[in-house]
Amino acid sequence: MEWSVLQQYGPSLLKGFGNTILCWALGTVFGMALGLVIALVQRYAPRWVTWIVQAYIEVIRGTPFLVQLFVLYYGGPLVGLRLDALPAGLLGLTIYGSPYFAEIFRSGFRAVPDGQIEAARAIGMSESDIVRRILLPLGLVSALPALVNFSIILTKETVILSIITVPELLYQVQRMSAETFRYVEANLVLALFFWGLVETISRVGLRLEARITKHLIERT
Amino acid sequence: MPAASSVEMRKVNKYYDKFQALKDIDLSIPPGKVTCLIGPSGSGKSTLLRCINFLEEYDSGEVRIDGQLIGYDAPNKKMSGRRLREMRRSIGMVFQQFNLWPHMTARENVAEGLIRVRRISKADADRRASEALAKVGLADKSASHPSRLSGGQQQRVAIARAIAMEPRLMLFDEPTSALDPELVGEVLSVMRTLAGEGMTMVVVTHEMGFAAHVADQVGFMEKGELVSVDSPDRILHHPEDPRIQSFLRTYHERNSF
Repeated sequence: MEWSVLQQYGPSLLKGFGNTILCWALGTVFGMALGLVIALVQRYAPRWVTWIVQAYIEVIRGTPFLVQLFVLYYGGPLVGLRLDALPAGLLGLTIYGSPYFAEIFRSGFRAVPDGQIEAARAIGMSESDIVRRILLPLGLVSALPALVNFSIILTKETVILSIITVPELLYQVQRMSAETFRYVEANLVLALFFWGLVETISRVGLRLEARITKHLIERT
Repeated sequence: MPAASSVEMRKVNKYYDKFQALKDIDLSIPPGKVTCLIGPSGSGKSTLLRCINFLEEYDSGEVRIDGQLIGYDAPNKKMSGRRLREMRRSIGMVFQQFNLWPHMTARENVAEGLIRVRRISKADADRRASEALAKVGLADKSASHPSRLSGGQQQRVAIARAIAMEPRLMLFDEPTSALDPELVGEVLSVMRTLAGEGMTMVVVTHEMGFAAHVADQVGFMEKGELVSVDSPDRILHHPEDPRIQSFLRTYHERNSF
């Protein structure tokens, strides 16, 4: 092992890690937002709209992320969509994550007992108030563990962005390996960084879960 | 207390695919009176009740609240969501499973409808919610979440949530069936008070005692049919229809030891 090369490459690795976190965070937030919209559309839109959206879900879930990125980054310009690597990567992550998030939200909504929705209808609440006040808060609580879990999966999907030259952590690690032949050291650093990130997300997720379910757990 | 509503059901039919859940239901519910619906499970009692506020969509016939058709503008023409919501505002409903919103405190559960539906300010809604909770004997529980309340307390919060809206009609769908026996009394006593104040009430129940002592009329249902509607005494103590006799025999056998 030869760790001294880290001194030279430290800054670029840290910068890469910064980009990894940025891609993950924005990709997760946008992917979740799009997923939530999809889940609501699937619940309330007319039948023919849900068929179109379902087709989108099937296509995105049915194809590898790598292929989606290639199509977006190298195929995009053919139809006039010219994006730099980073925005293309973010858009790619958003699209890739959205159907999974949509399914997680759908199952969260389904976990809200019909009776609690009916109770709101019975006092004359509007559908939009029911969504805002009952369905979303309760559905999100049920969906939270799966949301955290999938966002952890997404951390590791960010490495694929290196293929379209987004300067994230794997990209920097590969550059360092190629220039110094220190493959083991470089990849150990990568592993440690990811482990740290995932641990952090998982702990924050558990805290959040404990906080929002505090009043929901039956104590006898 | 706002004026009490009357309900008229005429030739109401309800199908689940080929299964007919309600068969030509004719029922008059007079204002300010308590109507209890009894009968075996699966006989259509809850379905009938839920047609009154159109949580269940009946397929033909008419359900009128104070003369106003609910659910439809004309046969086969559904009423707009807005108009349906307006009609539901004056119909309170209490469910077997309470259906409180678990992320809100007791007071928030009661205030929610006042704020979102009646558009009352938060401060006023909180005050009225506290009054409604006091009325069902739960003034001290207003800051508790449903998970911290017993079944009987949860059901009383649910009643408070309904009466805070100042309904003219209250529907009860087996309000004590999910409760431990020792908690049934507190809920029935709140309902008795409400009946005493002249609220129109329709109650689907297996509590024959409540039906016998509080109801002004009792309807017996079987297999989607409203077999008979009469005074509690004639239905519960001197039933003529063999179907009612057999139902009550089973009931008494199960409850004797």
